[in-house]
Amino acid sequence: MVRTVSGQPGRVRVPAGPSSGAPLSFRQRGAIFIRRHRLVPYLLLIPSVLVIAALILWPTVQIAEFSFQNYGLSQLVGSSPTQWVGFANYAQIVHDPEFWLSLRLSVLSAAVMVPLTLIVGTLVGLLLSRLGRKMAAFVSSVSVLAWATPAVSASVIFVWLATPDGGVVDWFLTKVPTWLGGGAHWAGFSWTNAALPAYTLATAVVVWTSFPFIAISVLAGLRTIPGELFESARVDGCGPWRMFWRITYPLLRPIFQVLFLLSVIWDFGVFTQVYVIIGELGQRDEYNLGIYEYATAFTMPPAYGLASALAFILTVILLIITVGYVRASVREGALQ
Amino acid sequence: MTSAALSSGRRRRRWLTRRARRAGLNLLGLLVALIALFPIFWMVSTAFKPATEWYTLTPHPLPAHPTLGNFRAVINGSVVGIPYWNFLKNSLFVTVTAVVASSLIALLAAIAVGRFRFRFRTTYLIMLLIVQMLPQQALVIALFIDFRSLSLLDSLVGLILVYTAFALPITIWMLRNFVAAVPRELQEAAAIDGAGPMRIFWRILLPLVAPGLVATSVFAFVFAYNEFIFALTFLGTDTAKFTLPIYVQYFYGRNGADWGAIMAASTLFTVPVLVFFLLIQRRLRAGLVAGAVKG
Repeated sequence: MVRTVSGQPGRVRVPAGPSSGAPLSFRQRGAIFIRRHRLVPYLLLIPSVLVIAALILWPTVQIAEFSFQNYGLSQLVGSSPTQWVGFANYAQIVHDPEFWLSLRLSVLSAAVMVPLTLIVGTLVGLLLSRLGRKMAAFVSSVSVLAWATPAVSASVIFVWLATPDGGVVDWFLTKVPTWLGGGAHWAGFSWTNAALPAYTLATAVVVWTSFPFIAISVLAGLRTIPGELFESARVDGCGPWRMFWRITYPLLRPIFQVLFLLSVIWDFGVFTQVYVIIGELGQRDEYNLGIYEYATAFTMPPAYGLASALAFILTVILLIITVGYVRASVREGALQ
Repeated sequence: MTSAALSSGRRRRRWLTRRARRAGLNLLGLLVALIALFPIFWMVSTAFKPATEWYTLTPHPLPAHPTLGNFRAVINGSVVGIPYWNFLKNSLFVTVTAVVASSLIALLAAIAVGRFRFRFRTTYLIMLLIVQMLPQQALVIALFIDFRSLSLLDSLVGLILVYTAFALPITIWMLRNFVAAVPRELQEAAAIDGAGPMRIFWRILLPLVAPGLVATSVFAFVFAYNEFIFALTFLGTDTAKFTLPIYVQYFYGRNGADWGAIMAASTLFTVPVLVFFLLIQRRLRAGLVAGAVKG
């Protein structure tokens, strides 16, 4: 941490003084050893590496291990030993229609949530950059409240907003003119009893809670673009649509790339919102991959081995996306 | 003369269109604010409504006869059987302990990554990025089995351990920028004046990194306070140990029709965080501005 006066890091001058003749104490010798071998950064990293390894990396390895075992309730309580079963769990998953159904729901819901969040967030970010200072500060602090609302609360609130009797959403939709898709048939419509409306509601929750993060990131990026660029484009008669695709998007592409990958990772693994909206683990036809895996592990009878195989598949899918995220971050110079 | 009058007329027209555009943008801004606020507003408003006003043919934004009955029911614990304070206490204990622990550990790591160049630095940073993305609903299976054998289930200590670990990557990732922004010259000047590493840490690095520490601990706080999957799995059946997110979900699951009380519970869970955020937001911005000036 400290460079010596001579500017040569790592070499230690023994302080001159009354103790210079005496043999060095154990502590002093230790300090010299640490500095000579440049161990300080490694020592500083030890606590974080230990915690992450024990509580995140090791469980990941265990998931992979359990996925090849017949780990169930009797193995958990220790009444019978765990056995290696090879790829049996994976074979069972591949032939399981519920797995494919849940995977389809995960993919489809992410395919709707991600673009919607990005579009809404970007539009709000662009809007914020055009507003006056006070108005922008007001809108962004109010939007941050939506982002700070806990997922459980947001989901419960949206369920209440969309409840069949007395909810605002159904009331509003009955007031919307018929040619816009509204009408009396919306009265008493249940948003939680089937997969499509339930995931529409989940999408609303996800977009509502995550658009502020996108908007503020885009705004931060927009601040880095010199205003003259837009000015000269405007003089040349460039419209806002062209200006976005010709100037803003190319310059902010690294930011958009990171935001896109982050959104994919978050929305593919969405759990809490869906868990609350579909009413815990009751309706199996509304499971996404994460919920299906969780239900396999934690509803009676628990099948930890099978669930670990599902969890491992989920992890691998997310890791593949993460590779793209890491590469984008490295390209952006985030590791400097 | 005529050309001057014409140009002033044009200028006036341009001024008018600019005004109209600005008014339109402000209107859009208000719409965004309304959409962001409406669900929160509706939650608070419902929490003050008596039972007769929950199910009406035409919903009213404000309660006609505001009541504190819903809050009283939640705080007394007449529905779940345990008063609200118990769950608030659990949540705050777990969250604050985890945030303090992860901030301390992250500060050490951030100094290493932000101040030193060493061999496995890039590997370590990439590890942080990847670890952040591992799905919690996958890891919870293995952690459940491990914690069961360590008797850490149905215990807040187990939750603290997990929250500390999962808050670490993002905290280190953000904090290292604040550490890197502290000018090296300050340290070197102090070193020349004979200050040891400990003294430099306490007197120079820590005070300058403190605003960053506040900013990153907000993220750790929000994560730990809102966390759902681990609490749901580890706390299982011991209702008295529930943290607030699980409590709100449990409350909702058991009293599906008592919307006033559900919204009151949800309000008591959510509004403190939102107020905290509004208060700290100005501070965060001040910290960031100060950092920019110093950097």
